[in-house]
Amino acid sequence: MTVQQLNSFRTGPDEHGHFGIYGGRFVAETLMPLVLELEKAYAAAKVDPNFKKEMDGYLTHYVGRPSPLYFAERLTRHCNGAKIYLKREELNHTGAHKVNNVLGQILLARRMGKNRIIAETGAGMHGVATATLCARFGLECIVYMGAVDVERQKANVFRMNMLGAKVVPVESGAKTLKDAMNEALRDWVTNVESTFYCIGTIAGPHPYPMMVRDFQSIIGRETREQMQAAEGRLPDSLIACIGGGSNAMGLFHPFLDDNDIEIYGVEAAGHGLKTGMHAASIAGGRPGVLHGNRTYLLMNEDGQINEAHSISAGLDYPGIGPEHSWLHDVGRVTFLSATDDEALHAFALLSKLEGIIPALEPAHAIAKVLELAARKPKDHLMVVNLSGRGDKDLDTVSRHLGSKAR
Amino acid sequence: MTGRIDRRFAELKKEGRAALVTFTMAGDPDHATSVAILKALPKAGADVIELGMPFTDPMADGPAIQAAGLRALKAGQNMKITFAAVRDFRNGDDTTPLVLMGYYNPIYIYGVERFLGDAKAAGVDGLIVVDLPPEEDSELCLPAMKAGLNFIRLATPTTDDKRLPTVLTNTSGFVYYVSITGITGAAAPDAEKVTAAVARIKRHTTLPVCVGFGVRTAAHARAIAAGADGVVMGAALVEAVRQSLGPDAKPSSASVTAVTDLARALAAGVRGARVAARA
Ligand SMILES: Cc1ncc(COP(=O)(O)O)c(C=O)c1O
Repeated sequence: MTVQQLNSFRTGPDEHGHFGIYGGRFVAETLMPLVLELEKAYAAAKVDPNFKKEMDGYLTHYVGRPSPLYFAERLTRHCNGAKIYLKREELNHTGAHKVNNVLGQILLARRMGKNRIIAETGAGMHGVATATLCARFGLECIVYMGAVDVERQKANVFRMNMLGAKVVPVESGAKTLKDAMNEALRDWVTNVESTFYCIGTIAGPHPYPMMVRDFQSIIGRETREQMQAAEGRLPDSLIACIGGGSNAMGLFHPFLDDNDIEIYGVEAAGHGLKTGMHAASIAGGRPGVLHGNRTYLLMNEDGQINEAHSISAGLDYPGIGPEHSWLHDVGRVTFLSATDDEALHAFALLSKLEGIIPALEPAHAIAKVLELAARKPKDHLMVVNLSGRGDKDLDTVSRHLGSKAR
Repeated sequence: MTGRIDRRFAELKKEGRAALVTFTMAGDPDHATSVAILKALPKAGADVIELGMPFTDPMADGPAIQAAGLRALKAGQNMKITFAAVRDFRNGDDTTPLVLMGYYNPIYIYGVERFLGDAKAAGVDGLIVVDLPPEEDSELCLPAMKAGLNFIRLATPTTDDKRLPTVLTNTSGFVYYVSITGITGAAAPDAEKVTAAVARIKRHTTLPVCVGFGVRTAAHARAIAAGADGVVMGAALVEAVRQSLGPDAKPSSASVTAVTDLARALAAGVRGARVAARA
C-alpha cells in the first residue's frame, strides 16, 4: 500500500472519536453518560496548567523520567548494520511503560472524585502500575485478570496483592486479556457512580484511545530530544511491539509527520501466522467492533471473536488500538510479526549481549530488530521501545527453553 | 409506521395489562430445541418475543446469558440459522412481535444491508443492539428505520432527563428500561424505584416502556408490571434451559417444558398485576 498524502497523521481522532472508519463509542447506554463525562473531564484537564504540573512532578520524582535512550553497542555489533538505540521504559518505576498512562488516568480520576479504580491486565504490568498508584493515593483497586494469565504471571499477582489491590481471576472465554476486559466493562456497568475504569492500552471507547496515546506520547517526545542530543538528528526508524499498541503509539505519535522515518509495529505471531494460533490482528484479522471501538480483530466468518495465542500475556489480545488500524490502512506504519520462538530467542540474546532482560512483549520487537537492522547501513539510526523488563517472564521462559533443551 | 409491535401494545392497552416479554437465545441449547421453545412461548403467555443473537463477548450480560450464547455457538448457531428460526416461527404466528437482540459485530460482519433485508424478509419486527448508543445511529439505527424495522433503545438509570431526548429520538416500538446499573440477571431492582423511573421516561415519550434486567420471579414481575407497559424476563428463562439439560448436556423436549412452565407462571404474575392494583 502506498502512503497517502495527508497534511498530517497527528490530527485524529475527530470529535466522535474516529480515526478514519476506526474508533468510535460502541458501548451500552449505561456507560455512555460516563464516557461523555470522562471526555469532558479529560478535555478540561488537558488544558489545565496545574494538571500538567502535577503530572510532570510525579513523572520526574515518582516514575523516574526521563527514561534513558541507550546505545546498544553489542547488539549493534551483533546485527552488523543499523545503530540500535533502546528506549529504556523498563527502568520506569513498576518496570514498564504502563505507568505513564496510569499516572495520567489516576490523577484524572482524583479530579473527577472517583475513589474506586478498576483495571484489566494481561501480563500484569498494567495491573501492577494501577495497584501502585492506587496505593500511592489511597484508592480502592480491583484488577481483572484472565485465570490463564494469573497462572503464567504469578509474580505480578503477588505484587498487586502486596500493593493492596484485589485481583479477580476471570474464568470466562479463553481466560486471557480479552475476557478480563469484558469483566472490567461488566464491573463498570454495575458500579457507575464510584468507579473509574483505568484502561491499559489505546483501546476501548473514545476518549480512551486518544487519552492513553497522549499520556504515552512522552516516550516519543523524549526520544526526539535525546536522539538530537546524542546524534544531532532524528532517528531513521522506530520499532515497537503491539498488544493493544500503547507503548508503540507512545513512541510513534510524535514522529508520525516526519515522513522519512520508517515506523514498524510488531504483532505476536504465536505459533506462526499460518497455524491460526497467533495474536496478529492486522496480519490475520479484519475490521469489526469490540470493546467500544471499530478496529482490526481476529474473528471467524460469522463475526465471533477468536481467541488469540501468544507466549506473551501482554500481546495475547485479538484486537489492536483503532489508531493503528488507521495508520495501517493509510500506509504510514508497517506491521510485522514475530513468533513465540523468535521472541524467546531475542529474549535470551538481549539478556546476554546487553545485560538487559526484556519482557517477552518487547522481545517481539527485538526479534524484528535483528532482521531489520542487519539490512540497514551503519549510519541508520534505529530506536526500539524496550517497553518492560523480563522478571515477570522468567518462569515462562525457563519452562520453554528448558523443555527445548530436554 | 404501525407494525406488529405497535398493534400488540395497543391491544394490551385495551385489555388494561402489561406485556410479558420473553428473552431466549437463538440456538440454545440447539437449533431445533430453540425453535420449539420459540413456537411454544406465545401459547405460554409471551406477548412479545425477544430472540438473542449469540456473541462470544457479550459485555452487558451476566453469566446465565453468556453461557446460553456459548451453548448456541457450540451447537453451530449463526445469523443464517437464526433467520431460519424466525421464518419457521412466522409460518405459524403472524401476530406476535419478534425482536432480535444482540451485539453489533456479528451484524456488521454479516453486512448491514444484507442483515436488514434478511431480517425483514424473515418477519423480524425490531432490533435491540446493546453496543449501539445514539452516538452511533448512522451504523444501523437509521438504515433499520428506513428498512421498516423498529429500533428499540435501552434507557438506563444513568440516562438523565437531559440525555433522555437523545435516547428517545429514532426509537420506536417500545423503550427498554434497564432497571439496574449492571448486567443481565444481576441484582433485583426495587419495584418502587422502577415505577418512578418509568414515570420519568413517560414524561418524555408516548411509547410503551418495558422493564428488564434483573427481573427473576413471578412475584417480582407482578410488582414491576404494576407500573410499566411490559416486563422482560431473560436470565431466568435461559437458566431454566440450562437446568433442563441432563448431565450429558443433551438437549431434549424437557427444555421446552422447562421454559414454558416458567413462562406460564411469569405470565400469570404479569397479568395479575393490574387486577391486583385495581382491587
Ligand atoms: C512490557 C509490556 N510491553 C507491551 C505490552 C503491550 O501493551 P501495549 O501494546 O499497549 O503497549 C505490555 C502489556 O501488558 C507490557 O507489559
